[in-house]
Amino acid sequence: MTDLSRRKLIISGIAATAGVAGLGVAARLAQKYGLVPPDHGGIYGLGETLTYASQRLLTKHSLAREFRRDQISKRPLANSMAPLNEEFKRLQSAGFADWRLTVDGLVDHPASFSLDQLKSYPQSSQITQLACEEGWSYIAEWIGTPLLHVLDAVGVQPQARYIVYISIDPDWWESIDMADALHPQTFLAYGMNGGGLPVGNGGPLRLRLPRQLGYKSVKFVTHMTVTDNIKKFGKGLGSAEPEAGYSWYAGI
Amino acid sequence: MARMASAQVPLPTCAPSAVSAIPAATAASRHSALVRVTHWITTLCFFALLISGFEIVISHPRFYWGETGNVLTTPLFQLPIPASRSLVQTGYNYMLPDQNGWSRALHFQTAWIAVLTGLLYLICGVFTGHFRKDLLPHKSDLSRHALSTTIASHLRFARPNQAEAWSYNPLQRLSYLFVIFVLLPLIIWTGLAMSPAFVSAFPLTVTLLGGQQSARTIHFFVSLALLLFVLVHVVMICIAGFRSRMRAMITGTITPPKEERP
Repeated sequence: MTDLSRRKLIISGIAATAGVAGLGVAARLAQKYGLVPPDHGGIYGLGETLTYASQRLLTKHSLAREFRRDQISKRPLANSMAPLNEEFKRLQSAGFADWRLTVDGLVDHPASFSLDQLKSYPQSSQITQLACEEGWSYIAEWIGTPLLHVLDAVGVQPQARYIVYISIDPDWWESIDMADALHPQTFLAYGMNGGGLPVGNGGPLRLRLPRQLGYKSVKFVTHMTVTDNIKKFGKGLGSAEPEAGYSWYAGI
Repeated sequence: MARMASAQVPLPTCAPSAVSAIPAATAASRHSALVRVTHWITTLCFFALLISGFEIVISHPRFYWGETGNVLTTPLFQLPIPASRSLVQTGYNYMLPDQNGWSRALHFQTAWIAVLTGLLYLICGVFTGHFRKDLLPHKSDLSRHALSTTIASHLRFARPNQAEAWSYNPLQRLSYLFVIFVLLPLIIWTGLAMSPAFVSAFPLTVTLLGGQQSARTIHFFVSLALLLFVLVHVVMICIAGFRSRMRAMITGTITPPKEERP
């Protein structure tokens, strides 16, 4: 072995050790600053973590693009979905007068809101795009109350890390971190394009999350739980989607 | 050791100006370790992205221009293939298996690996002079006469002369530069333009392209252009001598001229 190749060997050895140590430190820091998604395990965990961490750093306070009124899609696509359950049909036949949104978990005042109570919080609207992971999209005006008003009302405790939100179909549930939960464009939407929110688009109540793909905007929301431990929910991957192979974080 | 090797290997005697740039390291070495490692990582990434990208596209094989598009709007065009989801009417009365879950995860993870590999290649390529020495065509090769000569020899599917094993010809250089500095940046750009979170921080990424659906359509065409490049690349390697070119890209060394003759 010549001097040159020995030196090369030593240098690459040091570089490899530094690299591994650096990765270890990076992993600890990422965990500390909330840059690791719940579905970080498995063979695609590296990609999920890189995307979530980099976008948390780049987009923490950025606002989803808003569009002009004339850019609103003429017909907002109501995509096909599983048949709605009996409970939904019962509530629908009563004009959703008995629809409730229950908020519990790490909150000072667990509460159950009717639609009218939700409408008493400051109303806001956004003209944003809904993009489906399939590839299609539409723009609509979404009317509702920013989730942060409701979270304020129930008093979220400081150790909270995630908001879990569940559809009337309990198999459809999602969660978001506090950065998204407190984001001004994260809405509890009950209206669209100047009117009520049609059932096909998630009415009477949809969680609207315009900086992520459509499947994070869960339709027919009835239940929210504030938690510091996402592992307790489902298979511990953060939502139902990763259990079917999809990303928990859908900002792409 | 390096000096001994360079003394033993015969230098090409009839090198035309197009191939005058003998690799700097040693005469025996054709491709540096960096080029070889990044080449094969990129190759694996390309096929992973191609397959997963195809799986994603078949869930909605319609393309649009502008900001939005869905089954209620007029498409720019629709691929004449069955879909893997029921939303799109394709005229086929069956659906392909839905593979979007793992395809999306593989697509985005591979994109990360490809981009990081590309960055390593770019940074090292600038520092080692790889782009200037190996890829930038010589001025004399860009004259109309020189270009038409090399295009004509390509059209005849002529087997390249011995000297070309040591360097890239001008058409090769131009197409590699086009892939590295036009197509690959464009595929990354259009990919990022489809991310609702990324464009929330950098809206120009998508508005400069005319909208999110335009970005998706351009992404599709650039991926077709890259596929075309890879197909031509493989055909050219077969014409030039599959074994010797593969050996050069795997071991980094070049076969002595006599062995290369069939």
